[in-house]
This record gives sequence, structure tokens and C-alpha cells, in this order.
Amino acid sequence: MLAFMIRRIIQSIIVMFVVALISFLLFRFVGDPVNQMVGIETTPEQREALRDKLGLNDPVIMQFFGFIKGAAQFDFGVSYQFKRPVAQMIAERAPATLELSLMSAIFALLVGIPMGVYTGLKRNSILSKFFLTVSLVGISLPTFLIGILLIYIFAVQLQVLPSFGRGEVVDIGFWSTGLLTVSGLKALILPSITLGLFQMTLIMRLVRAEMLEVMRTDYIKFARARGLSRTAINFGHALKNTLVPVITITGLQLGSVIAFAIITETVFSWPGMGLLFLHSVQNVDIPIMAAYLMLIGFLFVMINLIVDLLYVAVDPRIRVSGVSQ
Amino acid sequence: MSEPLLKIKDLIVEFPTRRALLRAVDKVSFEIAKGEVLGVVGESGAGKSLTGAAIIGLLEPPGRIAGGEIYFDGQRIDNLADEQMRHLRGKRIAMIFQDPLTSLNPLYRVGEQLIETIQTHLPMNKKQARKRAIELLDEVGIPAPETRIDGYPHQFSGGMRQRVVIALVLAGEPDLIIADEPTTALDVSIQAQIISVLKRLCSERGTAIMLITHDMGVIAEIADRMAVMYSGQIVEIGKTYDLIKNPKHPYTKGLMGSIPSMSGEVKRLVQIPGSMPRLNDIPSGCSFHPRCSKVFEPCYSKRSPQIKVGQSDVACWLYSEEDKK
Ligand SMILES: Nc1ncnc2c1ncn2[C@@H]1O[C@H](COP(=O)(O)OP(=O)(O)O)[C@@H](O)[C@H]1O
Ligand SMILES: [Mg+2]
Repeated sequence: MLAFMIRRIIQSIIVMFVVALISFLLFRFVGDPVNQMVGIETTPEQREALRDKLGLNDPVIMQFFGFIKGAAQFDFGVSYQFKRPVAQMIAERAPATLELSLMSAIFALLVGIPMGVYTGLKRNSILSKFFLTVSLVGISLPTFLIGILLIYIFAVQLQVLPSFGRGEVVDIGFWSTGLLTVSGLKALILPSITLGLFQMTLIMRLVRAEMLEVMRTDYIKFARARGLSRTAINFGHALKNTLVPVITITGLQLGSVIAFAIITETVFSWPGMGLLFLHSVQNVDIPIMAAYLMLIGFLFVMINLIVDLLYVAVDPRIRVSGVSQ
Repeated sequence: MSEPLLKIKDLIVEFPTRRALLRAVDKVSFEIAKGEVLGVVGESGAGKSLTGAAIIGLLEPPGRIAGGEIYFDGQRIDNLADEQMRHLRGKRIAMIFQDPLTSLNPLYRVGEQLIETIQTHLPMNKKQARKRAIELLDEVGIPAPETRIDGYPHQFSGGMRQRVVIALVLAGEPDLIIADEPTTALDVSIQAQIISVLKRLCSERGTAIMLITHDMGVIAEIADRMAVMYSGQIVEIGKTYDLIKNPKHPYTKGLMGSIPSMSGEVKRLVQIPGSMPRLNDIPSGCSFHPRCSKVFEPCYSKRSPQIKVGQSDVACWLYSEEDKK
């Protein structure tokens, strides 16, 4: 078990190193940072001085280590455009994105799992067929279209939910949360559904497929032969056996949810990291782009690690093979 | 012996398929008395498992009971609603399946599965149920049950798992256990142990067993009566001793001839030529007639009724009174 964890942690570090390399190369070779930072009237001497100050004349390898050292301390330099520390800017934006991602993941799980169980158990009911059709729409419609549709229905026509922004937020230390005010919660609804719809349909279909598989197994047959209640069989014995793949997919998807929040944030003018990233791309603000890349990479790696550990918690068989390896 | 524990009359199990209606169990009738062991033998595909599944109400759709009656303890059970049937399953009628390796849920501790089953059927709190679970594991011969109870199924060998399965089946203190080839998947060396555990615990409790098996040795050892199935029908049923020593039906004769005699004397192995008909191609009249060496006139057109010969019931025209005259 310990060896398994250590191996996974080492793998994670290697992945982060590669991500750092890519971020650095982006930072170093896409455009000329100095050109981005100064005006046209700056003299060549001034430019050269700035180069020195930024360490751009050092050997590349030294620059890379400098970059990693900075990254490890959450120091990603200063935004070209805003002239403020990138880490600070991201920290300000992170709560918005993380709350949105979390809510959409919760939405996807809370709706997707019961729908998957239902459609798996009642294969031929009309409601199941309806769910499956709806899920097909969820999978095939692009996110921005779903967002715009939702805005049209709930914000423009019915006028019950806001179409942009986070609503009122409350600051708790460095974290600004929209979860504590009514307007903040209302503002979360449409973006969360937009962002989570794809994952929800994915989870639903996954749970359904797994349920169909599991219900055919001998241990379910034997559980029924023992007269266990339907609830105990469906939600205990069967559902638990579908959870390993569900945890994997949900975990991996949580990473993509955060990464793909960009589109949803754009549609809903959501003041999160995705929107910040989009603006930084438009303005070739390399430090923000590099920092965002590092952050997303870090989140993916961490989530993967947690998913692996969760497996072990759910499935005792993995626990054993983890030890023996 | 007044009222039989189980009484089956003209049971028919059918599978509607796109091409045809397949009749896999065709008018099977038999009884099992309280505490009696009935052995059921026959080639694979004869309908043994389906008969068992029909009794306990676990036929997999599209398979269904298309005719006949099943009485358990005087109560008709073949037309019970699933929820009512569930209260019989495990508590009055239990079933053991062929493969112990897949009969236990891999994600639950052995103890959890036992306690859940005990609590489903008996008014016990968790602590009492756990104590009972340990007693059961002890009774089926699992060493150190106090610690093994917290093990997961994959930590048990095949034989030990089938012992756990027997403990689970006994947990609800049923009156009838349907054991469908309970040892076929096990190592030959432990098959006898498992059978003797099953036999001992059932005779202590007065539990009846319907034992489906290929192993004539096992039948000879523990079955009070035996039934021979061929192509969805019972061709002969009677006392085990009678059927082994003095088989009446040509198929039973062939079957007995194909096992070596226990006493060691070298008998000629009688092989029955041909194979059992497929469900979509059942011959007219007696379905055994194409393979039968004694075939004569009536066999081609009409199936023989059960005819009392000595203490056995035989479905063969050879024993019809009218023909003898
Ligand atoms: N789901 C099904 N659809 C169609 N035929 C089936 C199905 N399940 C079983 N059968 C057929 O029913 C017959 C009896 O099966 P079974 O009771 O399992 O035989 P056995 O005596 O070997 O236990 C077999 O010919 C088998 O092919
Ligand atoms: Mg079978």
C-alpha cells in the first residue's frame, strides 16, 4: 500500500515536471516578453537592462530552474498587461472557478447516478428511454449552445435566473464565496448545469452500462436468492460494484470540468480563472498563460492521485495487489 | 409423511424467442418431503437449473413459467408477486449456485454479507447477528471464524468460499435448499467435503435438499430419492437405491451403465448413442425415441405418461399395462 502510494507520488512529480517544462518553453519562446512589456519608445539600452533584470540572458537551463523554483513558491512573475503578480490574480479568480466546477460536479453526480441506476434497472420503461434521449442531446450539443439556450429560457423568457456574473459574494479570508447568498446561489444554477450536463450524461450512461453488467452477475443472483430487499441489492450490492469506474471517470472529468470552465465562464461572464486565461491569450500575457497551465496540470495530477487512493478505499482486491506489487 | 414440503405439478418453462416458443421444461411433476434429499440428474441442457430457478422464482426473463403449479408447504407460490416471493427466498427456500468464486460480492466482507442476510430474516440486532454469523462459519468448518469473518471473499479459497455460501444459505434457516451443482466448479479433492458439510447441516436441521448434480456417486451417497431428467422432462423418479440397482427407463439404464460400478466388478460401459435434442428440434412422441434401443410403435407418436413400476414412476411405454396384455 505504502509502496503503491510512493510510486504514484513519484509518477505525479514526473508529470508535473513535464508540465513545467512545457509552460516554461511557452514562457520563454512564444513571443518576446520584453516586447510585450515595454512601449515603442523604449530605447535598446533600456530593453537590454530589462532583459538582464528578468534573467532572460542567463543560460536556458538556469532560467528553467528559476522558473521551477518560482512555481514551487507560487511565484509566476508579473502580468505583462496588469503589472500585478500573476499568483495574486489567479488566487482572486480561483474561488469562482472552483465553486462553479464543484457545483457542476455535484450536479452531475446527484442527477447522473440515480438516473443511471434507474435506466439500468428499468431498461424498458418509457422514462428510461426519455432519459437516454435527453442524454444523447446532452452529449451532442456543444456547451456554449446549451448555455445560450438556458439563458434564453430562464433568464430572457422566464426571467427567474441571472444570465451573468456571480451575484453577491461574501469574503471569508482570501476566499470569496457565492454559496452563502441567495443571489450567489441563483447565479450558480445555470452555469453549473451548463458545465455539468456533459459529465452528467456521461455518468448516467456509465452507471447504466455498469448496472446492466452487474445485475447479470452470480453474486446479484445469489443475493436475490437469499431474499435481500430490492433496495439492499440495487443500491448496496449492485451500485457499489459500479462505483470504481464511476469514481475514475468523475475524478478525471473533474479535471476537465475545471479546464473546460473557460467556455462556460465566457458564456456567463463568470469572473473565474478561465475568463482570465482567455483574456490573457487575447493579450499574449504569457505569465498568466504559463501559470494557468501549471495550475491545471497540478489539479489533474492531484485529482488522479486522489482517484487512485479512492479506488483502494472502495475495492479491497486492489488493496491486496497494491501490497504485493 | 402427510403433506409434502414441495409439490410441483406439470411445470412448464418457456422462452419466447423471435423464431419460436422454446419449451425448456415440459410438464415436470415431483414432490419433496420435509427433510428429504432429492437428487436430480441429467445431461446438461436437460432443464435441471431452470426447474430450480422456477421454484425459487428467479427465472431470468424472457424465461417464464407457462403452466403448472408449484406448492410450498401447502401454499401455491408460482403465482406470487415478487415481493411476497422475496419473503420466502432465503427464509423458506434457498438456492446455492454452481460457482462459489462468483457467488459472493467481492466488495463486501464475508461477515457483512452474513449479517445482512441474517438480519433480513431474523429479528436480531447487529451484535447478535454477528455472533450468529461466527457460529455459522464455525459450523460449516471455517477455521478461526472470529477473524475470518472480517475477511473479503478473495481471501478465501474456492472450497472455503463454498462453505461461506453454505453458511449464507443456512442463515435464514430455510426448509428447502436447491443446490445447483454446488461442487462442479471445485477441486475434485474437496467436493466430497463440501457435500458432507451440506448433508450434515441439513440433516441436523431437517432441511430438505434438491441436489442437482452430474455426480452419481454423490447422489448414491446422500439422496433419498432421485429424478432423471431428459429434454425438459422427468423420465424416471424413485428411490435412489431402486434407480441405481434396478433402473427401468432405457435412458436411466444407459445413464447407470455409463458409470463404473462401485464394487469394482468390471461392467460393460453402456454408451447411449447420439445426443440430447435441441429445444427447437424436439422429436415427436417420446423425445428419447431416436436414441432408444427399445423403441417401438407408440413411442413415435405419443409421450408416455408416468407409469408406476414398483416404487418408481417411469415415463416409458414399455411399462404400459395395455401393451403388456
Ligand atoms: N435465456 C435462455 N434463452 C433460451 N434458452 C435457454 C435460456 N436459458 C436456458 N435455456 C435453455 O434451456 C435448456 C435447459 O437449461 P438448464 O435448465 O440450464 O439445463 P441444465 O439441466 O443443464 O441445468 C437448455 O437447452 C438451455 O439452452
Ligand atoms: Mg444447469
